[in-house]
Amino acid sequence: MSTAAPRSRRHGRVRWWTYLMLSAATVACLFPLYWMFIVATTDTATATQMPPEVVPGGNFFALAGLVMETVPFVQALLNSLFVATAIGVGQAVLCALAGYAFAKLAFPGRNVLFLIVLLTMTVPTQLSVIPQYMIMSELGWVDTLQALVVPGLASAFGIFWMRQHITATISDELMQAARIDGANSWQVFWRIAFPIVRPAAFVLGLFGFVTAWNDFLWPFIVLKSPERYTAQIAIKALQNSYDVDLGLAMSGSFMATVPLVALFVLVGRRMVAGILEGAFKG
Amino acid sequence: MTAVAVTLAPVRPAPPPPVPRTYRGLGERLAPYAYIAPFFIIFAVFGLFPFAFTFYVALFDWNPIGDQVFIGVDNFTRMFGDPRFWNAAGNTVSIWALSTIPQLLLALVLAHVLNHARLRFALFFRMSMLVPYVTSVAATAIVFVQLFDRDYGLLNWLLGLVGVQPVDFVQSTWGSHVLIATMVIWRWFGYTTLLYLASLQAVPRAIYEAAAIDGAGAWQRFRHITVPSLRPVIIFTVVTSTIGGLQIFTEPLLIATGAPLTCGAVRQCQTLTLFLYEQGFGQFEFGYGSAVGVALFVMVVAIAAVNYLLSSRIRADR
Repeated sequence: MSTAAPRSRRHGRVRWWTYLMLSAATVACLFPLYWMFIVATTDTATATQMPPEVVPGGNFFALAGLVMETVPFVQALLNSLFVATAIGVGQAVLCALAGYAFAKLAFPGRNVLFLIVLLTMTVPTQLSVIPQYMIMSELGWVDTLQALVVPGLASAFGIFWMRQHITATISDELMQAARIDGANSWQVFWRIAFPIVRPAAFVLGLFGFVTAWNDFLWPFIVLKSPERYTAQIAIKALQNSYDVDLGLAMSGSFMATVPLVALFVLVGRRMVAGILEGAFKG
Repeated sequence: MTAVAVTLAPVRPAPPPPVPRTYRGLGERLAPYAYIAPFFIIFAVFGLFPFAFTFYVALFDWNPIGDQVFIGVDNFTRMFGDPRFWNAAGNTVSIWALSTIPQLLLALVLAHVLNHARLRFALFFRMSMLVPYVTSVAATAIVFVQLFDRDYGLLNWLLGLVGVQPVDFVQSTWGSHVLIATMVIWRWFGYTTLLYLASLQAVPRAIYEAAAIDGAGAWQRFRHITVPSLRPVIIFTVVTSTIGGLQIFTEPLLIATGAPLTCGAVRQCQTLTLFLYEQGFGQFEFGYGSAVGVALFVMVVAIAAVNYLLSSRIRADR
């Protein structure tokens, strides 16, 4: 793989096969989304012809209309938006607050409680869906959106991550200065600490938003009526009428994916940076 | 949403007494607990309690709209003699192996080439690889089932061009496993690549430069610098993808449209989590479903333990 030619001081040029490999990976990542778009814009006959059609057709609105007739899809998108936003914002604020307490406030039991937070990450809660459902049933939350939002607000990883950020970015001198000026601990958090760590909290909230938007198992268990469906559950409902029109589920998938891809184009750079900071290991 | 407000409202302590210079009023002393309380309350109610309760429900013949009869370990003896359980366990392991091993190897190579100091369009490549991660599993399943379709799928059309007979991915055992594994790989390889890249960026470039000057080729730099530096994060991703692999649910539910709860007529791709769902919410056997949940938990713990032993041995060897 290497040549005998004299090397530059840096470790060599970027080889052509590097770009070939990365381009292939990029195509592999983007092609399924493009294909989703193709099928969502053509009629069944065109979508199933061979060789396949590779340019979008003009059938998008007809299919989208059929989707709306089958399930309340606009409502489903709004439900997803509500749930994902509530979880994203809630996680960002609650984790920043708890992270601030663990990083900057002295109180009895702090280290033990933080250790417990870390230990909770090892509990595989997804395996307890049956008792979780029983609790929701007791609370009368079955078929409600708060059954999705409230459990999603707790993030042990988020607390850990915000604590790291607050420790690294907010000096004790700044805290003391604010306190001498008469601010209580809440005012120090809300007026000083939170604005400084807002970029980190934003990235945390983004990952919370994406995870909540895409969540399937729990909403599938707990949501019953079509007007409560999130977009993912609506896709499943569309698939049940698969034989009616091949493009129906594809159209729904496309409409449920476009908002996230748009969001990703806007702020994906910060998600990438968040992972590269060694942030999202879990 | 009133219930939410009740759950989340921080305990509002009495207003602090006016002792300005100490800042240690009662309110200030209790405030930290109020800041961390939401997490502990939510986790206790929706995480820890259901987890513990799973072990309890597993000892019952528990019908959600009927009786709950204590039957001891009968659910477990039934499970060990249930070929459907072992079938699901086998499918889960097969899909896990097919998805994890290629994914991690691919991520290793891509992270290595993405780490090149003078790579152009680096941000574009990095961002593209995270696009599958923001695509939902449901949407992924819909599009991949279509691409892998026996009669109208693009993949079978391409295979047909080189003379291969159409493969019925969904209806065959190995085909459905490959299909599910492909979806898992597609969704996660970019994320894993970025995790590896994060670790690689901590390796001083001078090491690569020194190796290059000493005549190490691309393969040798990969083998002797990249792979050893990534060992901790590789172990970490093996553990997380194993735990994730045991919980695969959405893909099998969505690919076999005729019999979703069993993932096909002969349960060819039913995973353990799907089996848990089928028993719990398809058959309303909460007790038996919980027993499957306990079995999954034991497997998670066992895998974590094996990994811990292996990684500490690797560390001891070095």
